Amino acid sequence: MSFEKLGELFLKTKINYKKTITGHAYPEFVKIVEVGPRDGLQNEKEIVPTGVKIQLIDMLSGTGLSVIEATSFVSSKWVPQMADHTDVLRGIQKASNVQYPVLTPNLQGFQDAVAAGATEVAVFGSASETFSKKNINCSVDESMLRFEEVINAAKKRQIPVRGYVSCALGCPHEGHIEPSKVAEVAKRLYEMGCYEISLGDTIGIGTPGSMLKMLQRVMKDVPINALAVHCHDTYGQALPNILTALQMGVSVVDSAVAGLGGCPYAQGSSGNVSTEDVLYMLHGMGIETGVNIAKVIEAGSFICSALSRKTNSKVAQARSTACCDASL
Amino acid sequence: MATVMKLVHRNALTSLMGQHCLSFSSAAAHRAAGVRAAQAFPGKVKIVEVGPRDGLQNEKTLVPTEAKIKLINMLSESGLSVIEATSFVSPKWVPQMADQVEVMKGISRKPGVTYQVLTPNLQGFQAAVKAGAPEVAIFGAASELFSKKNINCSVDESLQRFDEVMKAAKEAGVPVRGYVSCVIGCPYEGKVAPEKVAHVAKRLYSMGCYEISLGDTIGVGTPGSMTKMLEAVIKEVPVSALAVHCHDTYGQALANILVALQMGISVVDSSVAGLGGCPYAQGASGNVSTEDVVYMLHGLGIQTGVDLSKLMDAGAFICQTLNRKTSSKVAQAACKL
Repeated sequence: MSFEKLGELFLKTKINYKKTITGHAYPEFVKIVEVGPRDGLQNEKEIVPTGVKIQLIDMLSGTGLSVIEATSFVSSKWVPQMADHTDVLRGIQKASNVQYPVLTPNLQGFQDAVAAGATEVAVFGSASETFSKKNINCSVDESMLRFEEVINAAKKRQIPVRGYVSCALGCPHEGHIEPSKVAEVAKRLYEMGCYEISLGDTIGIGTPGSMLKMLQRVMKDVPINALAVHCHDTYGQALPNILTALQMGVSVVDSAVAGLGGCPYAQGSSGNVSTEDVLYMLHGMGIETGVNIAKVIEAGSFICSALSRKTNSKVAQARSTACCDASL
Repeated sequence: MATVMKLVHRNALTSLMGQHCLSFSSAAAHRAAGVRAAQAFPGKVKIVEVGPRDGLQNEKTLVPTEAKIKLINMLSESGLSVIEATSFVSPKWVPQMADQVEVMKGISRKPGVTYQVLTPNLQGFQAAVKAGAPEVAIFGAASELFSKKNINCSVDESLQRFDEVMKAAKEAGVPVRGYVSCVIGCPYEGKVAPEKVAHVAKRLYSMGCYEISLGDTIGVGTPGSMTKMLEAVIKEVPVSALAVHCHDTYGQALANILVALQMGISVVDSSVAGLGGCPYAQGASGNVSTEDVVYMLHGLGIQTGVDLSKLMDAGAFICQTLNRKTSSKVAQAACKL
């Protein structure tokens, strides 16, 4: 099977849409990419024991989620939370209908990931030059060369690669980011061979207005069924931004159980949008996800207990204290 | 880090959002879905600020009268055009609103701002007019059980009570705003039928309410249930006379407001700092934060007349007074410099 064909297997090439009273056509099915164990935990201050990480991923594997970002093969010097990447990947019980992508910032990371049994990897580009330099110490172009090595190595092994573009709606250093720059980076990653491009509002500053504008531009260069949105809830805009993306035809949404992972650029503020809150919205709209929200809430409760912190999910919070549950 | 935080400084917020204006694309060049998404919004939205009443009423700490007055004055300066100031309900039931007369008489009334007050019955209405209230509001429920448990009578009985208020208001030339609670779900009955909501909204509108605010009292709604409910109500009440009052208990408020705007609604209720928790889910949030709503609307290029920075100042003040953290994510993020 060719690499491209393999990538297509991970994409729903035909997305069915159904129209609503507002004239918008929403996808009938949305794939949730659960980033809690990696993106979430990476941005939590407390180091989580390996056993807890494994238990979290195993619980998530039983919820119906089809993609769970398990860990990151980045140097433990930079990201101590992910130092146990090999143990985590080897320790989890891989469900047959679940993918466990791992981050691989460079060829070394990719090789380590493969040795640990990874069957899908991800690379992270940035739409902001300054963010790229400050975050991974090189320009966007230089990072693309690095990722090309990873993607070529992945192609040889028939391992699909997911691409991320950070700062898609704004940068903590540069401020406004031109949609054309986001499109440029997304297109490069897609043409290099990434089967899906996740567009990340890294500092959560976007609104339906900027989301719309950015997607309109990116969709000119990357097919809609290869796009995902990764919205942060730092300004409370994640759900309306996701709704806007769905109205534009996007059918893949990244989120983190319990809204794990604060924002490193706004101390104490929230970061990732909660998977529970996303599911509540999607199910309420009659959109299928295949995910059992109650089981996700359980997994969220487990990890929050382990981290001694409150959940960021409003659904989980309400469900745990509601005197009468009239919710869905 | 200091340069990093420059972006999220309050003043920068306004200029950054100004760049995120909605652009209307030609149908030929873009997917139909994108065009539909782009064309959906009103140019202006009126915010009805319910913090001083609905917000404070649901806060446990009793707020001194001077603090309430200062809050309302600060809100008046932020560009809001409607502020729900207090409630002429018996202090026996709602101790937080016991200083209703002092508040009405103590605030500095800014020209161009309407100071609305709740009046659950004729006695309350008369006291409100005496205290100088220029506009009043009445509350109906779309759920029978909620009506009985909340105000001890059926929906029909409550509407009869309001008839008296409406007559008196008409005679006095005082506009009346109507609220319908439990428009999506009820803590006692569960799901509420859209037709029931439409029925109550229509009654209030026919009785003479100039505007009907549809309240998702327990915040269980989603864009799915919201559109179904609005579809039913819009058949009976002109969309220009409708407002949405979304609670954020399940984090759905902004998404619900977004679809309401797309259905033609252009009046949104919200509460500074997201004041007012949910009495049906201990510790959970209630009202949606005005700051977060304004942030979204401005990002869409929709005018509100509100100065977000001044609004956040008012939110910071009341949270300090209440010794609590803001429920507004915009306020939380913008403060972390």
